[in-house]
Amino acid sequence: MKDVKVLGPGCKRCEATEKMIAETASKLGIAVNIEKVTDYAEIAKSGIVSTPGIIIDGKVVHAGGLPKPELLEKWLQA
Amino acid sequence: MNAHSSARHDTSPDHQPIWKWLAGVTATLAIWVLVYNQLVPLSEWLVSLLPIDPASHAGQALTFFFYDTPKVLMLLALIVFAMGVVRSFFSAEKTRALLSGKREGFGNIMAAGLGILTPFCSCSAVPLFIGFVSAGVPLGVTFSFLIAAPMVNEVALGLLFGLVGWKVALTYLCFGLSVAIVAGWVIGRLKLENWLQDWVKEIQSGNAVEIPTEKMTWVDRIELGIDAIKDIVGRVWIWIIVGIATGAAIHGYVPAELMVRVMGADAWWSVPAAVLIGIPMYTNAAGVIPIVEALLGKGAALGTTLAFMMSVIALSLPEMIILRKVLTVRLIAVFIGVVGSGILAVGFLFNFLFQ
Repeated sequence: MKDVKVLGPGCKRCEATEKMIAETASKLGIAVNIEKVTDYAEIAKSGIVSTPGIIIDGKVVHAGGLPKPELLEKWLQA
Repeated sequence: MNAHSSARHDTSPDHQPIWKWLAGVTATLAIWVLVYNQLVPLSEWLVSLLPIDPASHAGQALTFFFYDTPKVLMLLALIVFAMGVVRSFFSAEKTRALLSGKREGFGNIMAAGLGILTPFCSCSAVPLFIGFVSAGVPLGVTFSFLIAAPMVNEVALGLLFGLVGWKVALTYLCFGLSVAIVAGWVIGRLKLENWLQDWVKEIQSGNAVEIPTEKMTWVDRIELGIDAIKDIVGRVWIWIIVGIATGAAIHGYVPAELMVRVMGADAWWSVPAAVLIGIPMYTNAAGVIPIVEALLGKGAALGTTLAFMMSVIALSLPEMIILRKVLTVRLIAVFIGVVGSGILAVGFLFNFLFQ
């Protein structure tokens, strides 16, 4: 089970990112637990400045804008 | 070059090699130039198809509309693409690392410059603000960034350049940067750190994260440029059309004498009036620029018009509501006051310089 956090105040792109992760994970058959982090204090603590950010198993892999699909697959498979 | 493109080819086989991309970009640019140069006859031809006298008010308004809409959209696409490619070299995280611990003064100048180049979405404004302040970027320097980022953007500059001319665009760039630098510096001098919301003061930001970015190739950067076109043009086209329609109406119907009297250089009160009207209004740069062009064409003074435009773009109600989460009302009032005064000064100066 991969622990995935999507960080963002809840803008359109954050939601799109979350959906992308869920879809990609189910396509690859990877079990994920997606958690949305909308609290500004929490986002700031992670060190991410531009949203949406993605943290997989405690590691920041992405910040700012939608992730590229092929990179997302790579992160989830890593 | 060869080694580059083949390496790219190995890692992701579904990508075209770089030379195909470059050929595609070059061909698209050539077509762009060809079409752009034919826009005047094209708009006149379109109006001649309609059962309207081209010399009438309606005819003039329609010619303006048919000419300006494709022109503005094409310019916008070109500029947004170029900026998308340039911005692929920057990120908010890198900018924060560059600005953290910088002294005021030089830090304000750097922040304003980076505000133009760093990819920035207004929904990121709050995380960015907290991230900057908690990582040791001085408050005033953070404000310089936050003022420059929306005000001096590629859409505003590019459209001013295309529609009003390079002198005005360059002057807007200089004065926009000056307002951001000076306003940020003043806010820094006022030592308003205590006016942040309490919870913001307590946040200790995590260390600046190293985001393990994939090494970007030029193909990636070109793709980012194309994504930027889809994203930005997709979002603002409707504003542009509304803006141009308004501009067209002014172009065709509002008599020039009235405009000169209300917004001309002799009416000194028009600058503060334009700023006051502009602050609560909100549209993006793309929506306001066609109006700017039409106002100028009818004799409105440059300083007054640009002051209006700056206050519409840089100071907006939605942004204040977002910032309210991290700033106290007092700090927001200072922010509006300082930036508003800066814009006012720019307005008077422009009217004086370009009389």
